[in-house]
Amino acid sequence: MAADQESYREIARLVSPGARVLDIGCGEGDLLEMLAAEKGVDGRGLEISAPGVQACLSRGLAVVQGDADRDLADFPTHAFDYAILSQTLQQMREPRTVLTELLRIAERAIVSLPNFGHWRVRLSLLTSGRMPVTACLAEPWWSTANIHLCTLRDFALLCGELGLRIERAAALTAGRPARPFNPASALENWRAEEAIFVLSSAN
Amino acid sequence: MNKAVGLQQMVGTDGGLMRFGRERPLLLESGAALAGIEIGYRTYGKLNAARSNAILVCHSLTGDQHAASDHPLTGKPGWWTQVIGEGKPLDPAKHFIICSNVIGGCMGTTGPSSTDPATGRVYGLSFPMITLADMVRAQAMLVEALGIETLFAVIGGSLGGMQVLQWAADYPDRIHAAVCIAAAARHSAQNIAFHEVGRQAIMADPDWRGGDYAALGVRPEKGLAVARMAAHITYLSEAALQRKFGRELQRDGLSWGFDADFQVESYLRHQGASFVDRFDANSYLYITRAIDYFDLAASRGGVLADAFTAARDVRFCVLSFTSDWLYPTSESRAIVRALTAAGARASFVEIDTDKGHDAIFLDEPVMHRALKGFLDAAGQSRGI
Repeated sequence: MAADQESYREIARLVSPGARVLDIGCGEGDLLEMLAAEKGVDGRGLEISAPGVQACLSRGLAVVQGDADRDLADFPTHAFDYAILSQTLQQMREPRTVLTELLRIAERAIVSLPNFGHWRVRLSLLTSGRMPVTACLAEPWWSTANIHLCTLRDFALLCGELGLRIERAAALTAGRPARPFNPASALENWRAEEAIFVLSSAN
Repeated sequence: MNKAVGLQQMVGTDGGLMRFGRERPLLLESGAALAGIEIGYRTYGKLNAARSNAILVCHSLTGDQHAASDHPLTGKPGWWTQVIGEGKPLDPAKHFIICSNVIGGCMGTTGPSSTDPATGRVYGLSFPMITLADMVRAQAMLVEALGIETLFAVIGGSLGGMQVLQWAADYPDRIHAAVCIAAAARHSAQNIAFHEVGRQAIMADPDWRGGDYAALGVRPEKGLAVARMAAHITYLSEAALQRKFGRELQRDGLSWGFDADFQVESYLRHQGASFVDRFDANSYLYITRAIDYFDLAASRGGVLADAFTAARDVRFCVLSFTSDWLYPTSESRAIVRALTAAGARASFVEIDTDKGHDAIFLDEPVMHRALKGFLDAAGQSRGI
């Protein structure tokens, strides 16, 4: 997906060269491979689907089959520089626990998520009175894996509650390059289809 | 080319018997030493000029070096022909594949059925206790004697997988990649219990004669067969037994006696009876004991990760099977957790199958794809 491409590119820009990276929900390893090639990272992955892990093995990536809701506890504390959770937080049963775990495992977390506050989503709900189906949220309510959707403001507030510092934030809208934004900005909460956050522990 | 001293190799390019002189004893974990050891081994494929394509295959409890060639005693195909062969994950066209019989075994490598050079008599129970570390040390001696400094990969399932972990702990600099299938970093209470049943069956056979049966010209075949039958159940799963046999009868109607009425009984009896043709009862005692003693974390204050701290550069692939209750997925996850904690490059796949522990040796395309993908990628990183 083109949106994925720009999102991955932005993540690659955010990661420092040679870093130790854990990609949670790494799929077939596209991002890990890109980070290894472009940033020389020492990458690891966690992926729930067996075919995804298989594909990663064939690409020479070190990926463990497991469920982020259950298996993050298996990773040692501060073993990584970055824990990446790309478009997955909204699919977790316990997003709060997962966020806390990310920052136990890694110095920084990079979290990307779809923005339920995007104007198309708001308009769709307002006009049709039905659960929005958009490019970013392509599945109907009864088949979507997204069980914990939020707006960018929701996410920023949760980070505050959990004592997580948002070091950087980048907004994404299809077809445009990623742009930095202030997470408190009401405008981006209307305008961004997707956002990427770099988090660290506040203390 | 051989730097090793005092050794003698018999037979041709595809393996044979490696003899180590008395001046090169195998030092055992127990403190004892075995002098003048022999190692039975097989090879498939050719060692390349860079000596970078060697794969050591470690066999399971009742396996041997005949991994991909017909067994000399039974005439049956090798135990891992599903995995080793042209176009398969381990391919003799590009890999030099070595498989050796473990110390304590009975297919050519020195074990309790060998003759003690000091006395001229069969060892029997005077054979020293051995451990997995001893098995691996003997393999390292063989690999060195074959002129190989570092193995491209060491790979095995069950006991073989445990040896792979021991390799990673003891010789991390001599392996590029490691594949551990359906194994554990320590033997569980349940597994020790099953082994004990097997050993008691052997020792209860009057023909065992306190382990001296060889000298007396008898064999504890009944006891060994029962040991095999009990163990074989643990290699399968309830679903696999149900699928294969259900309650199907051997003949029409029940015998109203203790003949093998059910097909599953007949199958187990056959497993037991054919096993005694190719396996030595004392070897079974020694090897099961060695597995029981295996606990990689025990000597490291119970911290398994500490076993792998020097293995950070090794590429690990850990595989388990959903229906394996002998070495369940939780054991593999514990290994992966430790590898990750040690900072090693670990991959892990759980393979969905109803075939139980035995899936290691069966037609499991998902496992074979995972193996091939992993080994091909690891091969690229080593330039083979």
